[in-house]
Amino acid sequence: MDPLQIELAGIERVFTLGDSEVHALRHLGVSIATGEYVAVMGPSGSGKSTLLNLVGLLDRPDAGIYRLEGRDVTTLSAEEQARVRSERIGFVFQSFHLVPRLTAAENIALPMTLSGIAPRERDRRVNQALKDYGLEDRAHHRPDQLSGGQRQRVAIARATVMQPAVILADEPTGNLDRATGEEVMRLLEGLNGKGVTLIVVTHDPHLGGRARRQLLMEDGRLQHDSAVPAKGL
Amino acid sequence: MRAPDLLRFARDAATGNPLRTSLLVLAMAIGVAAVVVLTALGDGARRYVMNEFASLGSNLVIVLPGRSQTGGFNPANAITGTPRDLTIADAQAVQRGSAIRRLAPLAVGTSEISFGGKLREVIVAGTTSQYIEVRRLELAQGRFLTEEDWSRGAAEAVIGAKIRSELFGAEPALGQLVRVGGRRFRIVGVLASSGQGLALNTDELVMVPVAQAQSMFNSNTLFRILIEAKNRESLPAAKAQALEILKLRHEGEEDVTVITQDAVLATFDRLLGALTLGVAGIAAISLAVAGILVMNVMLVSVVQRTAEIGLLKALGATGRTIELAFLTEAAMLSLAGAVVGYLFGQAGAALIRLLYPTFPAFPPDWAVLAGLGTALATGILFGVAPARRAAALDPVQALSKR
Repeated sequence: MDPLQIELAGIERVFTLGDSEVHALRHLGVSIATGEYVAVMGPSGSGKSTLLNLVGLLDRPDAGIYRLEGRDVTTLSAEEQARVRSERIGFVFQSFHLVPRLTAAENIALPMTLSGIAPRERDRRVNQALKDYGLEDRAHHRPDQLSGGQRQRVAIARATVMQPAVILADEPTGNLDRATGEEVMRLLEGLNGKGVTLIVVTHDPHLGGRARRQLLMEDGRLQHDSAVPAKGL
Repeated sequence: MRAPDLLRFARDAATGNPLRTSLLVLAMAIGVAAVVVLTALGDGARRYVMNEFASLGSNLVIVLPGRSQTGGFNPANAITGTPRDLTIADAQAVQRGSAIRRLAPLAVGTSEISFGGKLREVIVAGTTSQYIEVRRLELAQGRFLTEEDWSRGAAEAVIGAKIRSELFGAEPALGQLVRVGGRRFRIVGVLASSGQGLALNTDELVMVPVAQAQSMFNSNTLFRILIEAKNRESLPAAKAQALEILKLRHEGEEDVTVITQDAVLATFDRLLGALTLGVAGIAAISLAVAGILVMNVMLVSVVQRTAEIGLLKALGATGRTIELAFLTEAAMLSLAGAVVGYLFGQAGAALIRLLYPTFPAFPPDWAVLAGLGTALATGILFGVAPARRAAALDPVQALSKR
């Protein structure tokens, strides 16, 4: 068994909307090992995106402990969390989130630019990524000159260029047609094959079914975990 | 984030919205240009006045008879009698002062000059040969009064340019005999036209030896003694020496007033310097307005780029990096505006100089530096709030915004 990479215990997340409180996550506990391929599924409002944001350190839990690679990251300062995000986590979004004024190559280089990696090393990695994702002839195009599939490939290249340990994908195929979606999933699964932990949030059962492990969320609770034999039921 | 990357990122963000950027740069430019042009005007006025004063003669000390310039009853006068007059002998005595280079006594009165049936009223100035150097006057023709015994004086006269043209027209004036106040004088020189100055207009002056003027007006007093100090540093010494010598000659009584041109000059300098400062202050208000505009535009920019900020955070940008990126952008826009405004301002000042060549409309260095500095400072200062807001955005909410 691979060492545990992500350990969540007793996680609570409450949003206040007006004067009513919404429990986005209730007493959530889950562990994910290095190199796992996990699909988080559930209806909208079940808390799956909140879970992903917590794992990606974009959000903080109101209670509970989150250990990333054995280290308690819930108590880190915002700046330290940013560094962990930069070095260990890659995000892929449904709506790609490319910077419109930057070219494909510049978008891919953005995380390295932000973390201050030298231009020479940056160029080397960007060129490699462009080659890996078949974007060589698209390097100097802006996002509005790219197709949906190309945009998501740029986004994936950007997510992997810092060589993260975990990739978090939120509905990565949501804005793509079936064939392009398939291609994007193969890319992500290829990364997982190289040992990167892949967590995909989706409400598409077909997509979720491709993962080796499924987490089913409902009302902020973990309803079902395919890795745990149905002992609670 | 590395500095070159930060600059490029800010530049791309700024040029990504050309209309917004150019309007902002324009607003900043107008502010800086206003400071440059208005201070050029203010300082130009100061320089203009200073030049006019300098043309009176430099390092000038002026001796006036009487304790002060204010007239009327003075209790001290009631006891000691009227103050003694300034005389030619006084002027000759003052010449001995070590800090004094040269001096010229001046006796002034009004009289009539006539030649060939033409007659006009003129101001007659009785003085000596040094006067032309003390006052820095130029001759158009002939020579000035010669050095001779001050108490005698030859029957020679030097006339102003306007008197020459009115009296003689196209005829040669040199060597002609004219009648001034019932005496005959030979014209030996004509002064160059000095134009309209702040001082006594030398164009309408007739200058004769001081002894001749005194006997013409039947008086032995002097109107002024004009003293030129050796140099600028010896001005106070020249003033003290003149006062000391006259006091000794007047039996210990300080019955003259000695003023330096410097004192007058300093007053004008202060006055016009304050004017320039005030004008610069008014112009600086437009810079403050531009600063508020920078803040407003940057705040709008933060709202427009919320999703991008969320993304940058997800990609591992710290709040500090984002704050720095927005501050850099604000500073860059302010700097661009300041530079453009500086060029506009210099062009405006050059245009004023072109239209009014006698008016030295050069913006003072301090004003240029202050203008550029204020532009940058306001830009950055007003850029802080938007940058903070950007840095404090919640990434989850920022990312969910389309």
